[in-house]
Amino acid sequence: MTGCPFGGQPPETSAPQDDAAAEQQRNALDNGQPTAGARLSRRGLFGIAGLGGAAAGLAVGFLGHDAVAASAAPPAADSPVVPFHGEHQAGITTPAQDRLHMAAFDVTTTKRDELIQLLKDWTQAAEALTQGRPAGATGAVDGPYGAPPEDTGEALDLNAGKLTLTFGFGAGLFEKDGTARFGLDGRKPEALIDLPHFPGDDLDPARSGGDLVVQACADDPQVAVHAIRNLARIGFGKVRVRWSQLGFGRTSSTSRAQQTPRNLFGFKDGTNNLKVEDEQLLDQHVWAAAARPQDAWMAGGSFLVARRIRMHIEIWDRTSLGEQEGLIGRTKGSGAPLSGGEEFTEPDFTRQGKGGKPLIPLDSHVRMAHPNQNSGVRMLRRGYNYTDGSDGVGHLDAGLFFIAFVTDPRTHYVPMQMAMAKGDTLAVEYLKHTGSGLFAVPRGVKPGGFIGEGLFT
Amino acid sequence: MPCFTLPKNAGTTGPRKTVLVAAAVLSVPLVLTGCTDNTKAADTSGGAINVVSSNSECKVSATSVPSGNLTFSVKNEGTEVTEFYLLAADGLRILGEVENIGPGLSRNLVVTAPPGTYTTACKPGMEGDGIRAALEVTQSGNQPSADADFQHLLDTATTQYGSYVKDQSEQLLTGTEQFAAAFKAGNAEQARSLYAATRQHWERIEPVAESFGDLDPQLDAREADLEPGQEWTGWHRAEKDLFPPAGYTAMAPAERSAIADRIVADTKDLVERNRTLEISADMLGNGAKELLDEVATGKVTGEEEIWSHTDLWDFQANVDGARIAFESLKPALLQKDSALAASLDEKFAALQAELATHAQGSGFTSYDKLAPEQVQKLASLVDALGEPLSRLTAAVVL
Repeated sequence: MTGCPFGGQPPETSAPQDDAAAEQQRNALDNGQPTAGARLSRRGLFGIAGLGGAAAGLAVGFLGHDAVAASAAPPAADSPVVPFHGEHQAGITTPAQDRLHMAAFDVTTTKRDELIQLLKDWTQAAEALTQGRPAGATGAVDGPYGAPPEDTGEALDLNAGKLTLTFGFGAGLFEKDGTARFGLDGRKPEALIDLPHFPGDDLDPARSGGDLVVQACADDPQVAVHAIRNLARIGFGKVRVRWSQLGFGRTSSTSRAQQTPRNLFGFKDGTNNLKVEDEQLLDQHVWAAAARPQDAWMAGGSFLVARRIRMHIEIWDRTSLGEQEGLIGRTKGSGAPLSGGEEFTEPDFTRQGKGGKPLIPLDSHVRMAHPNQNSGVRMLRRGYNYTDGSDGVGHLDAGLFFIAFVTDPRTHYVPMQMAMAKGDTLAVEYLKHTGSGLFAVPRGVKPGGFIGEGLFT
Repeated sequence: MPCFTLPKNAGTTGPRKTVLVAAAVLSVPLVLTGCTDNTKAADTSGGAINVVSSNSECKVSATSVPSGNLTFSVKNEGTEVTEFYLLAADGLRILGEVENIGPGLSRNLVVTAPPGTYTTACKPGMEGDGIRAALEVTQSGNQPSADADFQHLLDTATTQYGSYVKDQSEQLLTGTEQFAAAFKAGNAEQARSLYAATRQHWERIEPVAESFGDLDPQLDAREADLEPGQEWTGWHRAEKDLFPPAGYTAMAPAERSAIADRIVADTKDLVERNRTLEISADMLGNGAKELLDEVATGKVTGEEEIWSHTDLWDFQANVDGARIAFESLKPALLQKDSALAASLDEKFAALQAELATHAQGSGFTSYDKLAPEQVQKLASLVDALGEPLSRLTAAVVL
């Protein structure tokens, strides 16, 4: 989203003192600076809110203002707060945070009103959580003594950690067993397909699909988990968690201000990723358009492809450096393409080595995934490394939780994945897809609106 | 499979596929193959020798170095693709090479060199004699263990392994013809009894078979490996028909007959190609490692034979193939790293002993009858062997 901070600096880890926070907020109230309030710790804020009803009302009023202002004027680069409102949802072109918690939900209610109310409640909670505030009006410690706290509390004393919450709708929200749900007959975007079986897929139904998805990204894992936990809590009775995935390290950069991180193969990942600075390319490859009049809610949205990709890391580690580099098509150290140069040098697929063979092998990952080999299509990748304990036979269950945002998965994901599942030796020998999801990510939310609002009008 | 270095798809070759290159120069005596690149030695006596290759120069940071394992760190500062050679005093015999170094990139070459006079050469553009200079290797007292007979040991290893591949592929063909006849005739019971035993010949030489990119999917694709609309042929197609899951519709006789004929035809093709296959020492080492990879990712998890559950037969065959490759290389390995040889002996034996506890008649217990603890035990022995086995290639071709 335009207007995001591009800093990529580490988050503030020390929470401001209550007094200082209160002082900051007073200043913010005086001069309308949106960023000062954002620096408040959750606790500091409720120190004020707890002063009394009038003060609490004032705080809420201020925060409403804050949200509006934040979407218009970007906060300082080192702010731990990413604006929630905007033309596009945050968490797509926002510089990739360090941690992920993603959860998919099955909608259990059959009532349209309840679904809409849930989306409103989630919107409200997301507005608070992403700004570093707790869920609910009374948060974790300021409610009645005889009642369970509204917020679960583990993010008290932590700042917003650049938390973004990005929401998407799976095909199952629109219809189930051939029957339309929630009055959404004819509303499912045509691009929200069932992904085909790709060669080698070994998908676990318990790690795939879902009617709703929430991507929580933050620089602090506790902040991301806190957000998902509180949203799940709000959803009880209407949704149930279908699967959830933690990611501990980003594997993509979405801004040129960020360094390219490494995946669990030890290689830089996402060198050629689409970045927030590539505005035209984003319009072309990431943001969805309203294919039909009834899809207006998707204009400015995107499609989120999630794939849980197990890596056979033990086998990989027994592979020679030469073979590893040949499989990737880049050097392991600098990330330069094997045709020469430095990390960001454009790969030269025609450059030949000994015996007339291309320096970048025909079955290498960089070649198979390159836009040149894929009708020019690009994607914005936002994946995370994961490990989920062990697989029961003495290996880490580890890999890449692949996330990509594309304008249309039929043109921007399926053909490439089909080609790679067949011809990319890396994918064939060292990767196994064990989970999958495709979600329509609605356009951003305006102040006073709610997620996916246009779908229900 | 990555690697055996033959092209996976017709026309698919690349720098990492060094074996073809090695095989192509096999007739030149005493070529140590081009496979020593990218291997950093743990122990280099005098630190790395820096080589900077530009379009017109080949700067070597030393003109005299002590004997032992020499590490050349070659950086291409030119605009053309370059390569670096270490040649014997005659300027002809290649002791080691790194090739395909793109502009701006660096790569290491590790060579074992006894005292003597050598020639270094950079070849920007990969043509001509290159830019040459003399390199003196002085006596360090750290005498490399390899002697002049070493290449002979490698040659013997490749010859032995070549005979093994040939023998297994012929037995595979014989068994396949019997299996196909039974399958075609609708004699399911006989076909089932031949299925796993015949496939063992395939599994023993799997990396060789997989090096022919087209034959592997035709003969050995599992249902999950297919893309929508892809024709499914080969062993696992027959497997599903012989060990049908619930709700499966049996093949019509004509279909069965076509599958059987195709398996035989593809196997004949494989045997034919294996006849002219040139084998190099690193193919043995890499092949052994890949067979263990196969066990670790497919057999120990029961994913290879999801209907017949004959995974342990394949398991045993993969281990057989890896062991034969190792044993062929063992005389050479003993000269370079006897501790590694001893470790591999011990770990092959431990894995084999555990496998033997699951033997049943001439074959094995069905995979689905294994308890989780039994699978865990096998898996951990596979990893225990796989890790040192992955060092075999570098140990013998260094």
